[in-house]
Amino acid sequence: MPTAVLETGERETYLNREYGIKSWLLTVDHKRIALLYLMGITFFFFIGGFFALLIRLELLTPAGDLVQADTYNKLFTMHGQIMVFFFLIPAVPAVLGNFLIPIMIGAKDLAFPRINLLSWYLYIIGGLLMVYTILNGGVDTGWTFYTPLSTEFLKTNVVTAALAVFVSGFSSILTGLNFIVTIHRMRAPGMTWNRLPLFVWAHYATSIIQVLGTPVVAIAIVLVALERVLHLGIFNPALGGDPLLFQHLFWFYSHPAVYIMILPGMGIISEIVCCFSRKRIFGYKAMALALLGIAVVGFLVWAHHMFVAGISLYAAMIFSLLSYFVAVPSAIKVFNWTSTMYKGSITYQTPMLYAFGFIGLFTMGGLTGLFLACLGIDVHVTDTYFVVAHFHYIMVGGMVMAYLGGMHFWWPKISGKMYPEGWGRLAALLVFVGFNLTFFPQFILGYMGMPRRYWDYSHSPEFQILNVLSTAGATILAVGYLLPMVYFLWSMRYGKPAPDNPWNAAGLEWMIPSPPPTFNFEHEPVVTWEAYNYDEIKEEVPVAH
Amino acid sequence: MFQSMPLWPPRASTLANNVDALYIFLIVVSALMSFAIFIMVIFFAVRYRRQPGRRAEQIDGSHALEITWSIIPFCVFMVFFGWGARIYFQERKPPQDSAEIYTVAKQWMWKFEHMEGQREINELHVPVGRDVKMIMTSQDVIHSFFVPAFRIKQDVLPGRYTVAWFHPTKAGTYHLFCAEYCGTSHSGMVGSVVVMEPKDYEAWMGGGGTQPLAVTGQQLFAQLGCATCHRQDTQGRGPNLVGIYNKPVLLEDGRTVVADDNYIRESILQPAAKVVNGFKPLMPTFQGQISDEQLNALVAYVKSLSQASGQTGGKSMAAATAQPQM
Repeated sequence: MPTAVLETGERETYLNREYGIKSWLLTVDHKRIALLYLMGITFFFFIGGFFALLIRLELLTPAGDLVQADTYNKLFTMHGQIMVFFFLIPAVPAVLGNFLIPIMIGAKDLAFPRINLLSWYLYIIGGLLMVYTILNGGVDTGWTFYTPLSTEFLKTNVVTAALAVFVSGFSSILTGLNFIVTIHRMRAPGMTWNRLPLFVWAHYATSIIQVLGTPVVAIAIVLVALERVLHLGIFNPALGGDPLLFQHLFWFYSHPAVYIMILPGMGIISEIVCCFSRKRIFGYKAMALALLGIAVVGFLVWAHHMFVAGISLYAAMIFSLLSYFVAVPSAIKVFNWTSTMYKGSITYQTPMLYAFGFIGLFTMGGLTGLFLACLGIDVHVTDTYFVVAHFHYIMVGGMVMAYLGGMHFWWPKISGKMYPEGWGRLAALLVFVGFNLTFFPQFILGYMGMPRRYWDYSHSPEFQILNVLSTAGATILAVGYLLPMVYFLWSMRYGKPAPDNPWNAAGLEWMIPSPPPTFNFEHEPVVTWEAYNYDEIKEEVPVAH
Repeated sequence: MFQSMPLWPPRASTLANNVDALYIFLIVVSALMSFAIFIMVIFFAVRYRRQPGRRAEQIDGSHALEITWSIIPFCVFMVFFGWGARIYFQERKPPQDSAEIYTVAKQWMWKFEHMEGQREINELHVPVGRDVKMIMTSQDVIHSFFVPAFRIKQDVLPGRYTVAWFHPTKAGTYHLFCAEYCGTSHSGMVGSVVVMEPKDYEAWMGGGGTQPLAVTGQQLFAQLGCATCHRQDTQGRGPNLVGIYNKPVLLEDGRTVVADDNYIRESILQPAAKVVNGFKPLMPTFQGQISDEQLNALVAYVKSLSQASGQTGGKSMAAATAQPQM
């Protein structure tokens, strides 16, 4: 494909077309905005991770001896708020989704490039409010902001933290809106709905949740701030309010938000498994429908967070039943990924290692979710480390594995450089081992009865050994996360130049140069093939050196 | 360095055995399901690794297989659901003649009040072999009453009663945790449940010498002037409270509600919220005028008025019949 040539003789790409801080901060190129997001979420990932490390160090010994009780409460609160609202929710959609969706459907950009930039600014404003909250002494509501603790009793920066979540929520809504319109209106000729890569379907499903769910949590959080300032009596029973109303509003969004975090990851895994198995996806339609099914049914299960909160017996029954319904499409996805490997021609590059890890850890996270959906068991294990372990298996074992897999898979396209394969495989192994060592003991701790959010467990020294294992695992995990950070940066300068299609993968993004030119395609592509047409791609994945 | 390391909490209530049985079933089934997947992934990854001269065979999918691995897991899930719901029903429905203990949670302690009048802080004494019902409220934020050895947990809310019950089966001292994050000393809001053999319990109980909760309530009832309107005949300006507990009440607006603990509580704090048919909303509110402990005593007294007339009301440990359970 002929492309523009710069005066220096280099090929013009989105990276070298313009230089200078202004060319980045005022860009409307979806690829540059994706990189802006990448910087933001990486920053917050390491802040949140640092808090997690302090939490694990505190729990090494039963006594509360490393930090003060209030400090510990702030650490887990800000770890949660940062990881959920400033890392997990935006990570895949705003970075990889932003970069890839227009290219995957054969478009020059998103439907609303300026709104895309606005979303990034909203994210940054929300992020700065969060940073201000931290520097101003932090907040200790728990990431869930439960009332009336958050509204009437705490003396920390609840209002600025609430505003941070509120503002970044609009970033999420606008991104979702942009994706929905883009996927509907900007597909290249021949790119029918049935030919969309599952990565795009996953983001479509995610966007629906972002657009429909986020306003509810935004309102709930604003009500918390208003109640705190004006004492309105919405959630405070002393003023005639109902604290459970807050929990309903909060989880109405925050349960579907779990799917905002995991569905894009599922999209990534579908791309990776197909490429490194050299296979079409097993059951394309079922996979796409399962994504939509999870998004829709996911809206009907929120009260399974409230089985011991004081909801009625019959409400609990209905929400338990519906929670099992949402497990079926998740099961289909796991079986179909596994079947995609059947009779494939499989190689084990770094992205595929992450995909293996994802399938295993997501399966365990999903199955332990069935324990929590089970009323009789949930009563005992809810609000214990069992829950902590479960959602980290989904969020970290699932989503972060998928994110890292995706970053390795598309890094050559994004940066134009190859990452070092050997280091990549080592990091993937460390992440897998470190993750399991950190979080598996927490399932046992939870069933033994250790409540979450406990700073001091000197009354229960029997919990210590499992906590020691967990902290040891967290240390390995930290190394596993630092490595990619280091070698990705290293590869930008020293990495081997990436070919246009380093994996011989299917999909429009691999048919344009690495890194892509500003407008992605020289000519509008015409799509005549199905997704994952690996039968038409004769070459295997090149062997890494 | 380490204390003994049990991997399982003690099992000290009738419910604990049921919950553990289901938990083990869930572990076995999900271990089978996950091993099936792990083994398939590993087997395919090795068996179908790239080899010279062999190419991937394209397969579009199979609706028959997809339907199979939707329906089979779904049926298994329904077993999880049904079994779990059965236990939950048991957890949420205290037996009719449970002994009652009033609980007030606050940042950061547990206050218990037995019907006999004994008060305890962060320690709860109960005998083996009785059904015990905790009637709980919070003075400030949401807390959660969690006794791992009994496998029960129930959030404790400000402004209303929530209920938990258990039937201890084994003497011993067990952890009591607050399981809902409640501020600075959340992890210090712990205590113990001391389960005693009945004769030890009698001895412990005998040491008290306080007056029963309902009697305290009766004195308050007189002191606060409740008795001037709520007379034990039909002439009062307020409804006669004898025999009303757990009975349906017809309200002014035509609705019918059951006069349970929460109704009695609400009627004291917000009398205008649910006015009984045939009466005027004359009663002043007691919101902010009486403590949660006083409120509990009043509720216990109102309930005791139903015991006298042969209805079920708040029972003390002695009055609750000891009976072996399942």
